[in-house]
Amino acid sequence: MTDVARSTASASEVTGRPAPGPPRPYRFPVFTRARLANGLEVIVAPVPRLPLITIRLVIDAGASIEDRAQAGLAHLTALALAEGTLRAGGAQLAEEFEQLGGSLSTSASWDGVHLITSVLSTRFEAALSLLAEVTRTPSFPAREVDRLRDERLAELLELRAEPRGLADERFASILYDQRSRYALPEGGTEDTVGSLTREHCLGFHDRQIRPRATSVVIVGDVEIERAVAAAERTFGDWSGVPQQVGRTMAGPARIGRTLHLIARPGAPQSELRVGHIGIPRVHPDYFSVVVMNAILGGVFSSRINLNLRERNAFTYGASSGFDWRRDAGPFVVSTAVATGVTAAAVREILSEIDGIRAAPPGVDELSLATSYLDGVFPIRFETTEAIASALSSLQIFGLPDDYYDTYRDNVRNVATDDVQRVALAHLAPDRVQIVAVGDPEEAGRQLESLALGPVLYWTPEGVLTRESA
Amino acid sequence: MTGAASLVPVDTLRLENGLFVVLSEDHTVPVVAVNLWYHVGSANERPGRTGFAHLFEHMLFQGSAHVGANEHFELVQRAGGTLNGSTWLDRTNYYETLPASQLALGLWLEADRMGALLPAMTQQKLDTQRDVVKNERRWTVDNQPYGTWWEKLPALCFPEEHPFHHSLIGSMEDLSAASLEDVTEFFRTYYTPDNAVLTIAGDFDRQEAERLVRAYFGPIARGGGRPALGAMDLPPRFGGWRRELVPDDVAVPRVFLAFRSPVFGSDAYYTASLCAAILGTGRGSRLHRTLVRDRQLASVATAFTFDLAKGTDLLVIDATARPGVTAEALEEGIVSLVDTLSTAGVSDEERARVTALEEMSFISGLQSAGERADRLSRFATYLGEPRLVNEHLPRLRRVTTKDITAFAREQLGPDNRAALAYVPRESSANGSPPAASTP
Repeated sequence: MTDVARSTASASEVTGRPAPGPPRPYRFPVFTRARLANGLEVIVAPVPRLPLITIRLVIDAGASIEDRAQAGLAHLTALALAEGTLRAGGAQLAEEFEQLGGSLSTSASWDGVHLITSVLSTRFEAALSLLAEVTRTPSFPAREVDRLRDERLAELLELRAEPRGLADERFASILYDQRSRYALPEGGTEDTVGSLTREHCLGFHDRQIRPRATSVVIVGDVEIERAVAAAERTFGDWSGVPQQVGRTMAGPARIGRTLHLIARPGAPQSELRVGHIGIPRVHPDYFSVVVMNAILGGVFSSRINLNLRERNAFTYGASSGFDWRRDAGPFVVSTAVATGVTAAAVREILSEIDGIRAAPPGVDELSLATSYLDGVFPIRFETTEAIASALSSLQIFGLPDDYYDTYRDNVRNVATDDVQRVALAHLAPDRVQIVAVGDPEEAGRQLESLALGPVLYWTPEGVLTRESA
Repeated sequence: MTGAASLVPVDTLRLENGLFVVLSEDHTVPVVAVNLWYHVGSANERPGRTGFAHLFEHMLFQGSAHVGANEHFELVQRAGGTLNGSTWLDRTNYYETLPASQLALGLWLEADRMGALLPAMTQQKLDTQRDVVKNERRWTVDNQPYGTWWEKLPALCFPEEHPFHHSLIGSMEDLSAASLEDVTEFFRTYYTPDNAVLTIAGDFDRQEAERLVRAYFGPIARGGGRPALGAMDLPPRFGGWRRELVPDDVAVPRVFLAFRSPVFGSDAYYTASLCAAILGTGRGSRLHRTLVRDRQLASVATAFTFDLAKGTDLLVIDATARPGVTAEALEEGIVSLVDTLSTAGVSDEERARVTALEEMSFISGLQSAGERADRLSRFATYLGEPRLVNEHLPRLRRVTTKDITAFAREQLGPDNRAALAYVPRESSANGSPPAASTP
């Protein structure tokens, strides 16, 4: 065969697997902090590779601090910031940002409101001024707030027909006690968003979007003095103190293992979510859990993906993950499998969770995970956007300033016994919730055949229609 | 901005077996990208084998003569690298980003599968990947609202015998029919050094990289020449309206409006991409301002080009209706906006806005070694000259307001439109196709 000949011809050169060259040093970019008199924190990381600068504001005003009855308010307020100020309307603001080459992105996550833009370094001061304007003096025009609210309602309507998003949303609702803010999506639901108005946004802004809750992260082709001076000029005379808010976030809705079928009649696949409430981001076991999860389902070569995709061909992909939040977010295994193998796929997922609890991983398996996390570290921070995001995580979670400098050592220090210890401590197969968005006849019958617990049947809107024994 | 012409350093060499090698050094971060483009895609598939180019891409991760099944992924990840591949209408790419010290591994892995894939191919691996790809199809197409637009829009815009007409992901029947013989034939025909571009970008030593490339790829035999594609050339405009209405399991209507557009890399392409950005990039775009903000007919409205380098490209508007808005009303809104653009042209401010956005997006993309490598491979594969990457911004900046206005008049008129509309299944029974009376 021609191709055998081809490989033979090159055998002398190609058969030997190359060894790595000498490792080249890498350090996470050095950054400097400055605090303005009003309490606003400025973080500057000079990275002069290309003539551009990313500005990221992170404000301690995420969805987790809002009143559950008004779930979605932080999200709506974040979007509406860019829709009008005391000086200019939303269309004009968009035009001004985009004339600078920087499209402004505003959003709310569980633990922060984020405003992000990247511009050429010559336009830094102009972009920061606009960012300060939308942060400090939004006017929340009623027409735009109502439009954004209606767009969220449209998004929720579309979600009912989209199995991936629907599975995520239903999984959270099934996992958390209904009193928990985590039971509802970050953007809120029809019940909570429907009555929000500009007055709610004005109130939220007045209470929460304040200098002492705000960090301005500046990364790129900029000197520290220039960045701090610009921040002082644009934010220095801002005032106000954010309101302190207590949180009751985590709490399971159910004690025992339960299966849930969300009806999507005729679906060719079952979209699966299997998991339970995990642990908070700041936790002594964090690094061991990250490594454990990489082995279980965090990378392509993980146990769950190799099993479900490469061994059984049930799916295009399967993964596991901890959703890191200040309070305990979900641990979840996610995949989509052909309807006919719904039960078999659930069985394999559970057997992998059991497996990683039953024995420590092999040394090779551990080193695959740790050398990946160690080696990929510089690749994660190639861009100013990624560096700014990493620095804003320090603020959100209160991590130490040497966090990224010690990250790789912390990963390498995880041992095989640590992996099993944290799997036993933080994976709980007896209290997993198993959620399938799929065909209620076929996928439902398969879930019942597993005999793992009661099967609850739901509509996409969350109405319980039936329960099997 | 000045000095943009030298933003990306480029050096090239061609091996005796025809492999075209692009080298782009940057020592600011200890990261290196290896990026291979094979000049083959779904366009090269034979009848009855839709989806095969993509299924074949999966097989390239199943090992080669000296690499075990799934070991490709494992070796790269153990080295601290990221990797993937993707299939498009007329090319397939494979790429790794690695710590700089691991360049040899990336090159060795790519050379082993270019030189000696077939000894590792088995029926069982093919059957497994066939099922994986069928699940990929279910996940991205069959079980996703609007998921079929990826196959319906090219089918509507390209004539049946055209290489871009058929489905890239492929039909279930054709995937079932793919055999090991197909794998062998496809590999021997298309996966040859003279049908590939290899780009290395990032932190590497020029001499050492060339030595490794020659050692690993040099011994691989040249191929027998790539069979010509079927006729690609098409008239620059549709010559009228085309339309298709798709009742589907969707919550709200969504309308795609496509125009034939000049191919990637031509001067007119740069004009077209700025015109698409004026229509649909950012919240300052016409589509967002008019349909989302002012008229509230759509919740999202964007525009983009496919960036096809052969035949004709497509400029596409994509808008999702707000609940309660019919496909007819949404299409009417899009058409009225496009008619205004086509007859009245664009302003200097609009051109300045999108030039600034494109400039920023281009420079921002250069931060990642993988993205730099992929852009170099694109220009080298489609146009034979990777240095054109440094012409990208100057060419965008040379486009005038008048050019865009002329383009909109010539290409966005009623003689060049194809509408693909999705509507919720229930309401379609007694509805008529959107704007059926439009000429």
